[in-house]
Formats: sequence, structure tokens, C-alpha cells
Amino acid sequence: MSKKRLYLILGCVLVAYVLLAIAPVFAQDLTEAEYRPFPKIGSRNAAWIAAQLHLLFGSFILGVPMFAVIIEFIGWKTKDMRYDRMAQEFIKLCMGAFSTTALLGGVLVFILIWCYPKVMSKLSGIFGPTMIFYVILFFGETFTLYLYSYGWDKMQGRHKGWHLFLGVLLNVFGTAIMFVSNSWLSYQTSPATQYGILSEGRRKSWIEEKLAADPSLTPETAMEGVTSHTMVPLHNETTGEFMGTLWDAVNNFTWMPVNIHRLVGNIAFGGSIVAAYAAFRFLVAKTKEDKAHYDWMGYTGNFIALCGLIPLPFLGYWLGREIYMFNNTMGINMMGSLFSWLFILQAVMIGVLFIGANYYLWAGMGRISGAEIYARYRPYMITIIVICVAIWMTPRTLSKISSASELSAMGGANHPHLGLFGLMTAKNTAVNIIILTTFLSFLFYRRSGKTPTASWGKVGNIAISSIFFLATVSIVVIGIVGFTVPTDLRVNVLTPYQVLVALAVMAVVTVVDIFMYRKATTSGTIQWGEMTDRSQYVLILIAITFTSLMGLMGYARSGLREAWHIFGVMQDTSADAFTPLLSEAVNMVAVIMVAFFALVGFIFWLGLWGEKKKQASTDAAEAAITAEGDD
Amino acid sequence: MKRLSLFTTCLIILVGSWLVLRFVIGGVISVPIPGSVIAMYMGLIIIAILVHVSVEDSLFREFLRPVRETLVDDRRRVRRRVVAVLIPLFLLGYTYSIIAQRASPPGSPRDAHPSPPLELTYKDEVIGSMQDVVNPFRHYEKDDPEAFKAHVENGRRVYYQNCFYCHGDHLDGQGHFAPYLQPIPANFQDPGIIPNFQESFFFWRIAKGGPGLPAAGTPWDSAMPIWEDYLTKDEIWDVILFLSDYTGYQPRTFGEAH
Repeated sequence: MSKKRLYLILGCVLVAYVLLAIAPVFAQDLTEAEYRPFPKIGSRNAAWIAAQLHLLFGSFILGVPMFAVIIEFIGWKTKDMRYDRMAQEFIKLCMGAFSTTALLGGVLVFILIWCYPKVMSKLSGIFGPTMIFYVILFFGETFTLYLYSYGWDKMQGRHKGWHLFLGVLLNVFGTAIMFVSNSWLSYQTSPATQYGILSEGRRKSWIEEKLAADPSLTPETAMEGVTSHTMVPLHNETTGEFMGTLWDAVNNFTWMPVNIHRLVGNIAFGGSIVAAYAAFRFLVAKTKEDKAHYDWMGYTGNFIALCGLIPLPFLGYWLGREIYMFNNTMGINMMGSLFSWLFILQAVMIGVLFIGANYYLWAGMGRISGAEIYARYRPYMITIIVICVAIWMTPRTLSKISSASELSAMGGANHPHLGLFGLMTAKNTAVNIIILTTFLSFLFYRRSGKTPTASWGKVGNIAISSIFFLATVSIVVIGIVGFTVPTDLRVNVLTPYQVLVALAVMAVVTVVDIFMYRKATTSGTIQWGEMTDRSQYVLILIAITFTSLMGLMGYARSGLREAWHIFGVMQDTSADAFTPLLSEAVNMVAVIMVAFFALVGFIFWLGLWGEKKKQASTDAAEAAITAEGDD
Repeated sequence: MKRLSLFTTCLIILVGSWLVLRFVIGGVISVPIPGSVIAMYMGLIIIAILVHVSVEDSLFREFLRPVRETLVDDRRRVRRRVVAVLIPLFLLGYTYSIIAQRASPPGSPRDAHPSPPLELTYKDEVIGSMQDVVNPFRHYEKDDPEAFKAHVENGRRVYYQNCFYCHGDHLDGQGHFAPYLQPIPANFQDPGIIPNFQESFFFWRIAKGGPGLPAAGTPWDSAMPIWEDYLTKDEIWDVILFLSDYTGYQPRTFGEAH
């Protein structure tokens, strides 16, 4: 008996054993129940694992097509088939992960319906029509992906435009699917009140309520004093019944920030997983050609991840702001109370991402002759990044990590000077400077091995240096002013200014640099494949960090509701109605991360296996033809 | 003069950074930094050094050369023996520092800020949702400066009659009782206190005191009395006006959403 068959039989026996072990629990209660326990691991853990794995796979299959279609377009326009092949390879990875995503989605729905029937009944009562729409979109996405992937070779040449259109359509379906499902979970977080009377339906019921309460009113007088900012409850205070329209439920406070944050996050995550895949292939590659190909693929994946990573902190900030706007208590829980230490972990992880991304860029300059001139700036850039990461991860309150004598020496839980780093204005300043430094690393990478021929090259360099210097000074000054102004002004004016300064620098410098290096002479080409193994492990580390970070932030987003299924509307009365400890959450996220990489590894391995078999049969056929020729 | 090896330079940077954090920033410039924070910073500095030396193969080889020599080169026999003694000694000392019994009590595991309830109450009366309630006298700041001044003055009276014993003459948490309290009273002069919370939050903290703090994030160990037993609603709102007027910090407000 072959080893593979033995493993298969053992696997089947194990699955059968698990099914038999848990089956009696499912047979217990078929009456109308509020909750049903999931055997062994509990309902919340079961839903948590299924939801997070589904989300990770979903993020991958939604993120990858976004840049695959752009890379395909670049290949089409430049007539460079390497791009086309790489885009196709990306989509092949996507195809492997697609069915697993759907499978995990199914598992999640079964768990939710079984374990939380009342919650699901409530949600489907409100969101029923969107669930039907979701199914339609899912069919659309599935068939478009099949057409896009299987039609790749057939639709080359004059049909390429149509193929690209399919790619765009695939992204439209994917994005719409995510937006729809985001409305359900964001409603659970921020459902209770809305600013303004948003819909005609709610306006009518609002008038009816007021008229019923006070018969002396007319429909006109009932609306007196009601402005576009009047807070209108969308739920009956006693029964929790939803009184708004479907659009009111969908367009809740956190829906759009979650949508945009996830959209960009998917790009970054997809890029990082592709880069990790390429890194693995690079490490096991036997030929120089393979090494060169996967080095290039890893670079592209990391570049895409970096493009997604740069705006993510700003988008996360926007989401945080909306959470505060929706409910201040929830905001304080998030940043100053129950979940505040989670954000220190988040800072550590984002620090790893930025340090890793910069490391990879600097290591990449080793494969370009002529890049040595930029090496002297590296220690300064590392110093800046590390100082900024240190500021970002410095906690505001040190009571949990200090002894009583240390607290007494500090004169309290806040360090009088380092404690200032714990405030958002310092952290925002730090993150903007990290982003600018990362952009500078990329600029050096882009310039490596090239000499500008533009007559104004020197002036251009002075201008670019001045822009960087002035922008950094502005960001720091705005940050310092942020300590002294009211929070409303800081959040709504100063922080967006800092972001705008960083974005403006990146836009202006990119344009100037493109013109400066348009007709640059090249002193050395990129030696693809000439990368250290260490740099490839960094790519894998980045993917692991992204995955863990997503898991951790998922815990924060969901945990913020505390003991509510729908915040302020439907209470969680199950045995799991407590917020798990951060340590417990971290363990769970680690388990999910390992499971995700095991599944992804298996799917990619299957792809490789098929590829090897195909290659082996092609080689055998070629050998047979050669042998016949020899005869 | 012989040029220092890369490894030695890195070691000097590492030790120098620790000395700066421990004695310059945490001594000459400011108060001592907790060991855990120094460890966190030192971890980052080690990462920075490793990043720098491992980016290029040639640099990495140069960095590892003394390590390699110490381990395999017979000319470095003495150094090898010294390292062979130092490493276990270091581990021994480190282990001892972790497991040794100390006289000092552990730090407080409390959360940074307590999580407020969804509804603001005064005794048993519901004032409104924590999100929406505003200081009823705040609008006088623009509409009637004289009335506003009177409320601030009343707040000042309330503060110096009741609060200054702990929170200090200058609202900096350095009152007479402060050295004997753990956790120490809030320092309103800190830019991270008043601007980060709405006035409803301060009302809740003052009204409910230490015993009214939530079950989550405990132990709070706050010595703050339940002031709703002693002060009227208006007095609490007035003292909040005084806190922001004296320090110059505005409590948090929220602009228009959507």
C-alpha cells in the first residue's frame, strides 16, 4: 500500500471518528431554541474559526483578481508576455482557493444557523433581500472567475480586451459581495441609532409615532425642530424591533469604513500571500530561470502589498473615528480600555510589516549594480523607522507592565514624557513619517542603477530633498500642535492634514522622479534571482504577520460589541457572553493562522503536484519522440 | 588606530542605547522608565541592528566573522573560554532576576480607562445616553459669558472644597493625599486626560466615584468617593467647566457624522 493511500485512509477514519463523537450532540435538540451548543469547542469558538478562515480565504480571492487584472493590462499594453503569465499564475492560485472559500462560507452558515438560530432569524428578517442578492452575486462571481481563468489562453490576441473586461467584471462582483456581507456584520456593531432621518420610510413611521404620542400634532408640526442631525432611534426600545428601511440597516455608521478598509486590506493581504508563495517557490527552485521568475513574482507581490499597506493606517483611523462617532463608550473600550493593549500588539505587527517591507527593498537593491550609492542612507532610515515604531508601540498607560516601585518612581501610570507617545497625535505623526521613509526606500530602489540625463537633475534632487524635509517638519509640527487643540479639531482637521501632506509628497515626488529619470542611462540591470534567502523568509514573515493582524483586528471589531449580538439591540445571553481575554484571543488567532497556512499550503501543493505530473508526462512524451527519432 | 569590527560597533550601540534609556532619558532628562518599556525599546534596537547587518551578504559575513572566529579559531581560545563562562552566568543572573522573591508589590493590572455605561445617571435618575448628554451650562460660554463665568466660579468653589485634597492645587494630581493613594489621582494637566473624553464621561466618573466603576478591567482600587451623594447635579457640571477652564483643555466633542 502506498504511503499516500495509507494517509488518506487514516484521514478518513479520523474524520469519521470525529463525526461519530459529535453526532449525539446534534441529535439532542430540534425544538425552537435560542442557542445550541457546538460540541467540544463551544459555539463561539466554532463560529470564530469558521468566520476567520472564511474571511482570510475570501480576502485572498477578492484581493488577487484586483491586481491580476492590472498586471494583465500592463502585459497587454507593453506586449510583455511575462506579465500575462504572472497574472495567469495569480489567478490559478485564486482558483485553488475559491472552492475552499465557498466551502468555509457554507460551514460558517451551518454553524451560525445551528448555534445561533435566533440571531440568524433576526438578521435574515432585516437583511433577507440582500441575502438573495448575495446569492446572485456569488453565481456571477463564480462563473466570471471560471470564464476568466479557463478562457485565459483562448482569449489571447484580438479577444484580450474582452478577457480584461471579464477580469474587471469579476472584481465588480467580488467587491459587491464583500459590501453586502459587510453590511450584516457592521450592522451588528453599529445599528442602534442613525444621524438624521435617512429614508422616506423611517420619516413616515417617525411622524406616525409622534402623532400617536401626541394627538394634537399634525404631520407638519410633528416635524418641527427635526433637522438633518436629529438622532432618530431605528429600533423599538422595548422589543428591539427594527423600524427603519433596509437601506438604513445597510448604510450604518461603520459600513463604508469597513468596506474601504477591507477593500484595500484585501489588496495588501493578497499581495503578501502571493509574495510568500513566490518566496517559497524561490527557496525550493532548482534552476536559475525559476529563481529569477519567482524572485520577480515575489517582488511584484511585495510591491502590491506595500501599495495596499501604505493607506491602511489612514483607513483604519477613519473606521476608528466612525466607531467613536457611533458610540463613545465603544470608542473608549477600543482605544482606552478593554481593547487598548490589542492596539499595542497591532503597532508591533504593523512595525514588523513596515520594517520587513523596507528590508526587502534594501535587500533587493543588492541585485542591482549601481545601487551601492544609496546604502549609506540605510542606517539613518532604519533609525528613523525604528524610532517611529517605538513611538507607535509605546503604551499610554504603563500600569499593567510596571511594578509598584516603577509606578511610584514615575509618579503614576503615565510616564511624564514617554506617556505623550501614547496619545494618537504622536502615533499619527510617527506613522506618517514611517510611510514617507518607506516611500523613500522605494524611490531609491527605483533609481538604483540609473543615472538621470535631464539637465535639471541636480535641481530636481534638491527640490525632492526639500519636499521631504519640509513635509517631515510639517508633519511633526502638526503633531505637536495636536497636543494642544480640542480633540474634535485634531481628529477632523489636523490628522487629515498630516495624511494629505504625506500623500501629496508621494504624488509630487513620483511625478518629478518620473520626468527626471525618463531618459536615464542604465548602469546595471536587475539580476533577478540574485536575492538572499533571508529576504525570502522576510516575505513569508510579512504574510504571516498580515494574517495574524487580520485575525487580531477581527477579534477587536467583533469583540467591541461585548455582550451584544446586535449592539444595544439584541443581547447575547449565551454561555459565551463574555469578552475573551487578549491572551485567549491571541492563542485562537495563532491556531487560525496555522490552519490557514496549512490549508493554503495544501492547495498550492495540489497545484504544484498537478503541474509536476503534467510536466512529467510532457517530458516522457518528448523523450519517446526523441527515442523514435533515434531509431 | 585599529578600526572596530562591525560586531563590536553594534555591541557598543546596543550597550550605549541601554545606558541612554536607563540613565540619560530615564534619569537626567526625565523620571525612570519601567524595565518592560526599556526591554521593548532594546528589542527594537536589536532588530534594527540585525536588519542593517543582514541586508547585504558581505556585511553579514563581516558581522559574523568575530562570532565565527570565537567559536572555531584556535587563536581565540581565551575569548572562547570567557564567552563559555559568561553566557551561562548571564542566563543564571537573568533567571534569578525573574524568579527571585521581591519585597515590592506587583503593579496594578487595571485598564487604562474604565469603560463607561451606555446611559448616564445621577443617583437613580436617567439623564440620557452617554453619547448625547452635554453639559447644560456649556452653551453659556458663547451665549452668556457672565453666566458662564459664574458657573466656572462655582466649579472652582466646589473643587477647592472637595477635590483639591487629592487632585492638587494646580489640578495636577499632586494633592496632599496623593502620595498615599494607589492609583494616584488623575492629573488634569496631562494632555491625554480632558481632551480625550466627553463631559458626560467626567460627570459619570465624578458622580459614581471608585465604587461605580465597571466590573470589567478590575481591580480599579480607586479611592474616589461617590460624589452624587454629596454634590448636586449642577455642582458636578460646574466643576467640569472649571476643570477645562483652568487647564485650557476642551473636553471631547463630536462633529457631524456621515
